[in-house]
Amino acid sequence: MLIPVMLGVIFLVFFIISLTPGDAASMILGDGATEERIIELRDDMGLDDPLIVQYGRYMWDLLRGNMGDSYSTGRSVAGEIVQRFPNTFKLTVTAIFLSVLISIPIGVISATKQYSLFDNIGMILALVGISMPSFWTGLILIIIFALNLGWFPSGGMKGIMSLVLPAFTLAIASTASITRTTRSSMLEVIRQDYINTAKAKGVSRRKVITRHALGNALIPAVTVIGLEFGILLGGAVLTETVFSWPGIGRLMVESIQRKDTPMVLGCVIIFSLSFSIVNLIIDILYAYIDPRIKANYT
Amino acid sequence: MSTPTTTTYEKHTLNTKKKSQWLDVWKRLKKSRTAVIGLILILVFLMLALFAPFIADYEKDALGMNVKERLQSPSLTHWFGTDEFGRDIFARIVYGTRISLFVGIISVSIALSLGGTLGAIAGYYGGRIDNAIMRVLDVLLAIPTILLAITIVAALGASILNLMIAVGISNIPGFARVVRASVLSVKDQEYIESARAIGARDHTIILKHVLPNSMAPIVVFATLKVASAIMATSSLSFIGLGIQPPTPEWGNMLAGGRAYIRDHMYIVLSPGLAIVLTVLSLNLIGDGLRDALDPKLK
Repeated sequence: MLIPVMLGVIFLVFFIISLTPGDAASMILGDGATEERIIELRDDMGLDDPLIVQYGRYMWDLLRGNMGDSYSTGRSVAGEIVQRFPNTFKLTVTAIFLSVLISIPIGVISATKQYSLFDNIGMILALVGISMPSFWTGLILIIIFALNLGWFPSGGMKGIMSLVLPAFTLAIASTASITRTTRSSMLEVIRQDYINTAKAKGVSRRKVITRHALGNALIPAVTVIGLEFGILLGGAVLTETVFSWPGIGRLMVESIQRKDTPMVLGCVIIFSLSFSIVNLIIDILYAYIDPRIKANYT
Repeated sequence: MSTPTTTTYEKHTLNTKKKSQWLDVWKRLKKSRTAVIGLILILVFLMLALFAPFIADYEKDALGMNVKERLQSPSLTHWFGTDEFGRDIFARIVYGTRISLFVGIISVSIALSLGGTLGAIAGYYGGRIDNAIMRVLDVLLAIPTILLAITIVAALGASILNLMIAVGISNIPGFARVVRASVLSVKDQEYIESARAIGARDHTIILKHVLPNSMAPIVVFATLKVASAIMATSSLSFIGLGIQPPTPEWGNMLAGGRAYIRDHMYIVLSPGLAIVLTVLSLNLIGDGLRDALDPKLK
């Protein structure tokens, strides 16, 4: 499924971007270009060919790892993306790691102590967390922890300290929604008969939760982690802008401002590809967490 | 003679039943403290949007620059302070409410009508049509929502109309899925079969019998999506791809105030809080509605 979907994604994005008004050739050549040179370059770039031909050519180049050259710097798009990708990877993986680490325990405790003070406060915080736009959270964290307390740098990428604020900013929304999902699926699971059986057998409460309930309760949580990853990648665009983080998201925003279409195209493709791969991994993980799914296929 | 009387009788009972159903939902919704808080909050914002001209003057307070009064801290004359051009932040937030609510509601309407139609057709007809529609939507789903919106605006150019189109289109797959799922859940019911048996046309069955009975999840989803559309609007405006300054919008106010956070943090505080409160109130209502519509879950 991954390959046809990606082909579709690239075609769709290619089509959307081709709607951009303005002529690429005259943009590359700048204001002083003569009519003949523009026509010549248009011809060279094949801009007058039908869209589907241009798409075919792009795909053919893409298969060989060539995503074209940037309109504004002339550098290779693939090269720029390869250089920036590890930074976005570092940021998003840290964020998802943080949110799983925080959200699963809170979700489990909230469910086992439903309607307790801990549960109520946790759920209110989770709702507020979902409702906070990441770029604003980022600004507030900068004001508190960078400008006033001076604990972390307010932007840029120098060492592990500079990763803390952007990773937390990015993690907040996904932490909130994974917490909510873990809680509600845990609540569903602990009401099932087999949990009662385990309790009746005299298994300790702790063991019932960790050994019997958690595994099944985690299945919906894992799905949400996959979906959240998509939101996280989108959030990376904003977080990287706020923290001047040199990743793909910031590259994309800058390229849009410079009307650098090949670069924008490359960024969207790489984002969608990462998102699809993560969801593929999640699908495979499923079979390990939930043997019932594997049984369906054999 | 007996046939018309039975139908009017049936219509009558049907109507009262429908009314009491939504009345029940309303009764249950009223009992949820959080949902009521959400409703009150959103009412306040609706009032602000509706009566904005009575609260502040658009030309004079929200747009008019006043260098003498720039960057003033909150005071009695300027409740939330003034921005870098000496404009009253409170007035700008009030007018920003209009834009946020308007864009949020219109873009969700776009997504609901287009995505809903696709989902209803896919769910009702099934088979090959369903397959074709869902495969196309898989492609749209593979691009993270906000990135799809960013790409569309980047190509079409930043304007309020393009913003609504972009946010609307990027939400189509979500609505299609929800509508399809709820159509699937009712389409094999006996009353649908009997409607078909008396020769009702497909679109009559879908519009009159299937959709009204599968409304519950759609209403909840739409409420939550207005919240995320408002968030997306301000995110896009923050990176310069949405509402352009000087038109007051919460996201572009934050972008403008960003440079002054070191000494004037209030400048980013109130626009951000406006976003959080609107989004939070819609999320509270959405959650409350979900519980009220499906009492089994709690």
